[in-house]
Amino acid sequence: MNTVAGLGEFVARARDRGELVVQPRMGFADPERMREGLLATRDVDATTIGTITLDSYTRVGDLRAAEDALAAGEGLNGYPIVTHSPQTTDQLLSGLLSEDFPVQVRHGSARPLDIFAALARSRLTATEGGPVSYCLPYGRVPLRESVQNWSRSCELFARLGDLGLRPHLETFGGCMLGQLCPPGELVALSVLEALFFRAHGLRSISLSYAQQTHPGQDAEALEALRSLAGELLGPIDWHVVLYAYMGVFPLTESGAGALMDDAAALAVRTGTERLIVKTVVESLRIPTIAENVRSLRAAAVAARRTPRPIGARRPDPAPPSPQTEVYYEARAIVDAVLDLDEDPGNALLKAFDRGILDIPYCLHPDNRGRTSSYIDDSGRLRWAETGDLPVRPCAAGQKNKTVTSSEFQEALTYVSRKYDAQAYDTQCSAVCDTEQHPLPPPGRRTDPRGT
Amino acid sequence: MNLPGAVSPTDPDLVSTGHRAVAVSPGAEPDGSRRPRRKVLVTTVSSDAHTWNLVFLQKVIEELGCDVVNLGPCVPDDLLVSACLEHRPDLVVVSSVNGHGHQDGLRLIRRVSERSELSHLPFVIGGKLGMDGGEDEDRPAQLLRAGFRGVFEDNPASLSLFRSFLAQLPSGSEL
Ligand code: B12
Repeated sequence: MNTVAGLGEFVARARDRGELVVQPRMGFADPERMREGLLATRDVDATTIGTITLDSYTRVGDLRAAEDALAAGEGLNGYPIVTHSPQTTDQLLSGLLSEDFPVQVRHGSARPLDIFAALARSRLTATEGGPVSYCLPYGRVPLRESVQNWSRSCELFARLGDLGLRPHLETFGGCMLGQLCPPGELVALSVLEALFFRAHGLRSISLSYAQQTHPGQDAEALEALRSLAGELLGPIDWHVVLYAYMGVFPLTESGAGALMDDAAALAVRTGTERLIVKTVVESLRIPTIAENVRSLRAAAVAARRTPRPIGARRPDPAPPSPQTEVYYEARAIVDAVLDLDEDPGNALLKAFDRGILDIPYCLHPDNRGRTSSYIDDSGRLRWAETGDLPVRPCAAGQKNKTVTSSEFQEALTYVSRKYDAQAYDTQCSAVCDTEQHPLPPPGRRTDPRGT
Repeated sequence: MNLPGAVSPTDPDLVSTGHRAVAVSPGAEPDGSRRPRRKVLVTTVSSDAHTWNLVFLQKVIEELGCDVVNLGPCVPDDLLVSACLEHRPDLVVVSSVNGHGHQDGLRLIRRVSERSELSHLPFVIGGKLGMDGGEDEDRPAQLLRAGFRGVFEDNPASLSLFRSFLAQLPSGSEL
């Protein structure tokens, strides 16, 4: 039987050519618009993969609400793949899916069986998730149930291999709530979810990491992720995917643009194979097709002007372990979790139960909630309290201090303020270098480009 | 419960035109006298997984001297109703940013109005309630008509309006 190449092979070919793969986060309720968005993504002058992002009702399994919203013509924040008929989805994809244009489905569901069934029906072979990362940040489904659901879903998905297809699954563990989770734990979770996928039959996997507060620390994290994957995953197909910043986004167009350019440069500098972009309207609303296309193009341009590291096309399969703080933290967490149980799913459950994994500021009942983080003077994201994590906190003075709402807001907006201030400074020096301008108050949209 | 300063939601004075945040006074405290701690329930709609907004609002509300019960992400309507009956809060703050807040908020407040035990409990809603970046002029009025006492759409003024709204909130014992 002929095997149809999947997302993994597509990315490997792009790596061999020295090209960064770029991908949007796109999802529309209307099938025609969704198809237009995929076509526009395919036709951008860049190496692209298409995305279908699902709506919130489908994510939480409230199919009635999705149906009602479609019937009433009310908007949905994504494509309701379980509610639209299989024919509708097939039409939407008709003539579009190919070895040269993989399409990935992104959702955020801890009860994904019906979603996986819909993917299989439409021969969609690439998606994203994980028992932890699609549970704790996405609702109140118990972690134990999510682990069961994800085990079954992975096994179902892996069986697409019997049809000559090549299923590909990406971890979302490198994102966890989008912001303020120190990189060591993000890297560890991404690796642990990849091991979970492998244990349930997947042989083509990507490991994610989301851009955080400091480019140097992010580069260390991506290097640590690559090393750990190399050390632990064995001979399967895998690559690394970077998400442009997933927390509170800059309010200005040029601030958002600069943050996304930095993400593209970070990806290239670290030999990361794939990048998922955001758009200049991230802080405001769901972007249009045109706004997504602009981001894809800008990312490709930023990537092309960034020098690649030597050997990026053929990465060393067994590089020496990096001697960095992020690597040591991630390694310590991964080892402590894997020591708990031979089965990665059980190990994850025990780890959360004992606080060996504990996500800062996560309200999910199965998260201990005894850790917290802060951004140090250099802009690095660090541990203030580590609870029972097998790592040590960095700042003695931070412990047990109640964070006020404005301090909390400051940490959440650290990245957006930094990039908005740069945007504002550039404008000031260009247009009005004699005058002193105060920074715009937080929350107000000031676009230096527009003035 | 009689809300002394409350204005009928259909009053045209309610919708201040400069910004989209709309607040109805829950009842002034004319003598500024000391009062027992008020209890506020912080929640979101059934489809919304965002929690940074909930953690942030909890801090804001606690700093104004209230006790907070935070129900966390993706709260089904039934769970919210039973939490209201269990905790007997003085106010329910619904926050949503995923774009479904308007639809889910309307459904939720209708469900709440079916419960006569809750008819005096004030509900407010805020955040990014639609998918248009906050430019719909009708939305606040619609939510107010459906029964919310205040609508605070995402804009620079909404938090200070909310703080003054909360400062005037009487505690349960006076209702
Ligand atoms: C972090 C984040 C996530 C994280 C959330 C993790 C978690 N558990 O919280 C993750 C990655 C999981 C996520 C997922 C999704 N997200 Co999201 N997310 C964000 C992001 C980047 C930051 C939000 C944040 O942390 N804000 C910090 C808090 C403190 O501020 P805030 O939420 O903006 O609230 C402020 C005000 O609105 C106000 N406020 C809020 N509520 C209330 C209530 C009252 C009464 C008052 C007075 C004030 C008030 O107070 C806050 C402080 O100013 C925003 C975009 C952005 N802002 O940059 C998108 C965003 C909110 N997400 C969005 C969407 C659509 C989703 C998804 C549906 C995926 C998708 N289709 O793209 C899923 C949600 C799934 C679900 N079931 O709901 C959209 C919403 C679009 C819209 N409303 O039109 C946004 C705007 C991104 C975008 N441009 O598309 N997201």
